[in-house]
Amino acid sequence: MSGDGSADADEFKRELTAVIPHLRAFARGLCGRPDMADDLVQETMLKAWRARDRFQPGTSMRAWTFVILRNAYLTEMRRNRFRGEYDENVAERILTAPAGQEEPLHLADMHRALLQLPPERREALLLVGAGGFSYEEAAEICDCAVGTIKSRVGRARAALSSMLEEGSIPRRDSDDDEAHGAILDELGVIASNGSKP
Amino acid sequence: MTNKGNKTEQAGHKKQDSCKSPADKPDWATGLRRLYDSVVEEPLPDSFKDLLSKLDDTAR
Repeated sequence: MSGDGSADADEFKRELTAVIPHLRAFARGLCGRPDMADDLVQETMLKAWRARDRFQPGTSMRAWTFVILRNAYLTEMRRNRFRGEYDENVAERILTAPAGQEEPLHLADMHRALLQLPPERREALLLVGAGGFSYEEAAEICDCAVGTIKSRVGRARAALSSMLEEGSIPRRDSDDDEAHGAILDELGVIASNGSKP
Repeated sequence: MTNKGNKTEQAGHKKQDSCKSPADKPDWATGLRRLYDSVVEEPLPDSFKDLLSKLDDTAR
């Protein structure tokens, strides 16, 4: 083993460590579930580490690892692991921001609205609107044309605006428990009617 | 590219007013950013530190 290789590995690890918070934020935006998001990030870290020889020093570690994370996510999606997995209570707990009560828009509402979007628009918006990537960088991460990213972001923005402005996302501070209870009751009725052999 | 590793002021900060933001910066755009930053600012769970320390043993 050469000393240089070891130094490279150390530098790689340092950069990888620095992007973990961003990987977690991207993953949570994508899949909605904090526990699954963190699983995805850990899988991403392992894959990145194994592939570290392919990383070009001086390029963006964040963009490089986002590609790995995105691929891992898509694989999981194909296995249906994330379908309908959004857990309202977990999200409420996780998304309680310090100044949350005074915000005109609750983060939990935001997250709920985001998760209503089709996955490809959600990821485009996350990359550009939250992650601060340029359209060009986002296009590279998603392996598609810049125009496609622009259109996805545009549609995602329009959808979010209308969802949040028209209030079609239920506000978390009003009647959520009641609504949730009503839904559970309804499901209970359906289950008891439908489960007869 | 901007790297937002250090954004404590953003998520911890109160918005100055509760009325609508200008058209180019709607509430949801700020919300989306804060959603992301709120996760970025979370302390790293121990499981990640464990994984990082294990990386050294892997394929070195």
